[in-house]
Amino acid sequence: MPDLGFEVLLKGKNFARLMGGLWVALRISLISVVISIPLGILLGIVMTWKNPISRVLTRIYLEIIRIMPQLVLLFLVFFGTTRTFGWDISGELASIIVFSLWGTAEMGDLVRGALISIPIHQYESASALGLSSGQTFLYIIIPQTIRRLIPLSINLITRMIKTTSLVLMIGVVEVLKVAQQIIEANRMASPNAAFGIYLTVFILYFLACWPISLVAKALERRWQ
Amino acid sequence: MGRELLSIEHLTKRYGDLTVLEDLSLTVQEGQVIVIVGPSGCGKSTLLRCINALEPIQGGIIKLDGQEIDRDTKKLPELRQKIGMVFQSYDLFPHLTALDNITLAPIKVQKRKKAEVEAEALQLLERVGLKDRAGDYPRQLSGGQKQRVAIVRALCMHPEIMLFDEVTAALDPEMVREVLDVLLDLAKQGRTMLIVTHEMQFARAVADQVIFLDGGQIVEQAPPDQFFEHPKTQRAQKFLNTFTFETIKNHGGNDYENQA
Repeated sequence: MPDLGFEVLLKGKNFARLMGGLWVALRISLISVVISIPLGILLGIVMTWKNPISRVLTRIYLEIIRIMPQLVLLFLVFFGTTRTFGWDISGELASIIVFSLWGTAEMGDLVRGALISIPIHQYESASALGLSSGQTFLYIIIPQTIRRLIPLSINLITRMIKTTSLVLMIGVVEVLKVAQQIIEANRMASPNAAFGIYLTVFILYFLACWPISLVAKALERRWQ
Repeated sequence: MGRELLSIEHLTKRYGDLTVLEDLSLTVQEGQVIVIVGPSGCGKSTLLRCINALEPIQGGIIKLDGQEIDRDTKKLPELRQKIGMVFQSYDLFPHLTALDNITLAPIKVQKRKKAEVEAEALQLLERVGLKDRAGDYPRQLSGGQKQRVAIVRALCMHPEIMLFDEVTAALDPEMVREVLDVLLDLAKQGRTMLIVTHEMQFARAVADQVIFLDGGQIVEQAPPDQFFEHPKTQRAQKFLNTFTFETIKNHGGNDYENQA
């Protein structure tokens, strides 16, 4: 078996540093998820309103965030604001801002989709049974919306975790950046370390995202 | 035939400039079964939807038991409990089992005891031949089974009048019968019903009165034998003719009939 450079992991605190980097990536994505989900639910509800002004504004927001690559958004928020407004924000804060903006837009669109996918007949047959509009939402609409939403929003969470690998470009030392540092430091002693370390990073991402996907799949199967 | 249960006076319903129902008046006695027939788009379904206040109306008064049905009244949910409505597309709640579909409104709206409602629901399910499907979700049921559950769901609210909006129109032919049998059974029990349907033989069997609706107006109202044998108006004759076919091939005439 060729030397894959796994021994580098055992040198010094290298493995602990990688785990620390993973924690940074997870911290950024989890904080952003916690911010995005309630804001996204609000945005999704606003997007179903018939008011033309709210429609146009939410549409513009959604399209801008979606069309722009996350990396450009990161540069814009991290470097752009420093030059233009003189804000000195940390790379991690800039990342959380960008991921929350993005997560809110995506979550909003998911919520909107779930809400409008409930057929009008569901509302009608509920009111024909004498349910008030509050009862209709509580017992009929919200349970169905959540069933449609949970698998989709869990997928969004794994996408956000994976996309945090971009934040090294604005100097945040997350798992991929730590991996690069370890490889650089051991270039002479273990020239093959790149393979072993990046493979470890791959496995770490996989271990972080896989259980989440499994939950999403299980829920999907249960609720169809 | 008992007292007057439902009265509709000078009902007018428009969608924008399009008049769907015009100055329509109708009374329904307790225990009466009225079948509404007519060409597509004549306003049959709209009439039922107006009675249940699912549609705003532009003129006239609809009264149930002397109480006006008005979309703005606070009593609307209370009035709607007295009106059971079954739709063409069943519209069961997909996240609830058949039993929970039936018991939700009696428990949450009428605040009845869960045990009592479930016992009644199971009894009604047994009557329509679905007791063993009580725990199934709608997606596990066939169209005819779903529609029977939907009928039981309406029945379990103890409505005074039931509205059936083309309840067999979305079903495969072999499932139509099982649903119509349930309706016939309800008619035998003396329930007050308004039925919109395209099943003419069924209409004839179940109705006390047939109403022919065309162009948003009642063109003809008569007992079924009279309506189907001797329709008075030309429009009704023309409509009924669309349900009969002339034989165009000779199968051997009487011989064939004798064999059958």
